[in-house]
Amino acid sequence: MKIDHSQPLEYSTDQNQLNILGFWIFLGAEIMLFATLFTAYFTLAGRTGSGPTPADMFEITPVLIETFVLLTSSFTIGLGIHAMRLGRKNAMLAFFGITLLLGLGFLGVEIYEFMHYYHIGATYQTSAFTSALMTTLGTHGAHVTLGLFWGTFIIIQVIKRGLTPQNANKAFIFSLYWHFLDVVWIFIFSFVYLKGMM
Amino acid sequence: MEFFQRFAIPHPSPAIYASMVAIALVSIGIVVGLTYFKKWGYLWREWLTTVDHKKIGIMYLLSAILMLFRGGADAIMMRAQLATPEAKLLDAQHYNEIFTTHGVVMIIFMAMPFIFAFMNLIVPLQIGARDVAFPRLNALSFWLFFFGAMLFNISFVVGGSPDAGWTSYFPLAGNDFSTSVGTNYYMIAIQISGIGSLMTGINMITTILKMRAPGMKLMQMPMFTWSAFIANVIIVFAFPVLTVALIMGTTDRLFGTNFFTTGNGGMDMLWANFFWVWGHPEVYILILPAFGLYSEIISTFSSRNLYGYKSMVASMVIISLLSFLVWTHHFFTMGQGALTNSIFSITTMAISVPTGVKIFNWLFTMWKGKIRFTVPMLYSIGFIPLFVIGGVTGVMLAMSAADYQYHNTMFLVAHFHNAIIPGVVFAMLAGLTYYWPKFFGFMLNEKIGKSTFWLLSIGFVLAFFPMYITGLDGQARRMYTYSEATGFGPLNMVSFFGAGLMALGFVTIVWNIYYSFKNSPRDIGSDPWDARSLEWATHTPVPVYNFARMPQVNSSEAFWDSKKKGHQLFKGEYQEIHMPNNSGVPFVMSAIFFVAGFSFVFALWVPAVIALIGIFICMGLRSFELDHGYHIHVEEIEETEKKLGGAK
Repeated sequence: MKIDHSQPLEYSTDQNQLNILGFWIFLGAEIMLFATLFTAYFTLAGRTGSGPTPADMFEITPVLIETFVLLTSSFTIGLGIHAMRLGRKNAMLAFFGITLLLGLGFLGVEIYEFMHYYHIGATYQTSAFTSALMTTLGTHGAHVTLGLFWGTFIIIQVIKRGLTPQNANKAFIFSLYWHFLDVVWIFIFSFVYLKGMM
Repeated sequence: MEFFQRFAIPHPSPAIYASMVAIALVSIGIVVGLTYFKKWGYLWREWLTTVDHKKIGIMYLLSAILMLFRGGADAIMMRAQLATPEAKLLDAQHYNEIFTTHGVVMIIFMAMPFIFAFMNLIVPLQIGARDVAFPRLNALSFWLFFFGAMLFNISFVVGGSPDAGWTSYFPLAGNDFSTSVGTNYYMIAIQISGIGSLMTGINMITTILKMRAPGMKLMQMPMFTWSAFIANVIIVFAFPVLTVALIMGTTDRLFGTNFFTTGNGGMDMLWANFFWVWGHPEVYILILPAFGLYSEIISTFSSRNLYGYKSMVASMVIISLLSFLVWTHHFFTMGQGALTNSIFSITTMAISVPTGVKIFNWLFTMWKGKIRFTVPMLYSIGFIPLFVIGGVTGVMLAMSAADYQYHNTMFLVAHFHNAIIPGVVFAMLAGLTYYWPKFFGFMLNEKIGKSTFWLLSIGFVLAFFPMYITGLDGQARRMYTYSEATGFGPLNMVSFFGAGLMALGFVTIVWNIYYSFKNSPRDIGSDPWDARSLEWATHTPVPVYNFARMPQVNSSEAFWDSKKKGHQLFKGEYQEIHMPNNSGVPFVMSAIFFVAGFSFVFALWVPAVIALIGIFICMGLRSFELDHGYHIHVEEIEETEKKLGGAK
């Protein structure tokens, strides 16, 4: 394996460069996935049947907490990648750990939010609106959950094997994924919650 | 006992019981055969765990041919049922299941693996690469497709086939009207193989963008690689739409959500829109690589370079953009209003312009060329007039006002078969004949091949052209019978006869493979067709590393230039080659997907959850695995090259 030292560690081998490009293309597919979910949501948002409307359901407090927590985690993972480029392994691990904890916090609030919806009688089956809402939020939440496992695996590998080109590559790709989830959340926050509360 | 009743067929018939016995016997036969000839180890080492793009391509090819016969059997049964008025061969339910599985099998499990076969076999060789960008992912793509196909195919003996048409429109496909588990199979089996398709898309785009031989610019890529590239871009943007639609369909059926229902705010037309936002680009995912194959073949056998290279690329790019803007034409009659319909009429007709450009480019490539009428060239020449007829009837259907007359009649069935059979199927058979010697080391017999071509062409015309007439006269599609008074009888009998000729044609392909395997000479060299692009520059059979030295490219026909203009393709010393290791994980993981899918179909939650955990464990193992691959040493390369007949 040839290592090109003029490149950052995560780009330093041919396979690393392929992995990063491939993941960008995968994110293109993910954009289509969420775009389709948003299309379904916008189409069905007004079709509440006999169930609650968006205005009945949404509360600003948990949503704001989720938003701040997730946006902060996007910042901390950025710091983590910066630390990685400086070769500071412990700082990187710390920032990755904070990122995952924030992700966990986000997930906790989201679970609380779902339980709240359940208690006020808005379930997955209630109406086309609730089905679309929970599928959109749930798909994002499932991505975050998967990310928690993935990020944990990467932390373990960096601890065990150090900052190798492979591990740097994995960490960088994971950061792309995490930022992407943040972008999706901004759309959810603006066009699902804020629009629904207006 | 009640537990097992769910696995029973809702509408059993002797044919299905016979199929069960046949499936059981074939399975036992395979197991006994493998054990008797001690081939389990060989199968596992050389095929089930392989990450070599050539072997994966061959497995796609075999699967596609198998599925061609599976879908063909459905077709023959349909034509037999319709051959005479009020026939009693199939009842309505059975007929519904058969036209549904025919459509799904032919599009998703025959045409898709066929194009993936050629992409896998040809693209890395055409761009001078050693493998695809992600060999392990490539194996996973194949096995996901394979197990998705198997899951779909057991539906007709376990629990019942889907019966809501390959478009599976809701509310017909909902629980109220499709009560068997058939549509669950549809939703989940297509989902599993769709994940594989998406991964192939990512893999191929990365491969083509980053792994081209030194010197090969984008505008110097062979036309098939260009077509594969654009088709894969469409895959990456279209398949996620299907993914979401299938998830929603699945939750509607299994968890009682209200996406496509008729109560609680559900919107059935949302499915139709999502389905066709994927479904129309899907048509171009299939036809663009077919166009790419025709471009290669026509150029080779006219002994001329491809006319209008740039316009060929531009027209494919335009087609790929327009393909996302035409989906509503599949349901002009379903209430959008005149303005929407008019817009989609215009975008639909616009597609015929870049397609027409391509047709003229092929004609001009042949113009003044020294045409050799080989089997692949016959398919290509037959394709042009037949496909033009399919295109012209497509423009007829694109006129939304007139479509009220054609909609849901046999006219439509005739049109899309007229586009798909000469367009895609002929291209696949042409490609099969053209590339066969590259991968198997002998040519297919030309004489038998030509009779196949004529059987298929004449059979096709007889089978489908009568449907234009009966369709205009009002014969509805998807109706399992008609009365004698309609007068549709004689023309349907002609169709049945044509379908019989086509079936005979497909049987001659198998005969041809067997005959050629026995009789064809093996000393054909590496370039039996006097071809033009890089895949013919390396040895036949292709060594595992494809190219011992990376080819140096400076034009769009580097191999032709090396033969005619003295361009030196291979320069420098041999160097150690790095290759990826084989892995059993893609196979195992896909098999677990199969278990998960089956459990979801029958709402068996415990095994479903266990299998899902198994899938995540496989992904976790992959994350922790250190796989550095292995190296082929210079002496080994020299030895292989010598054995294959001279250094390259």
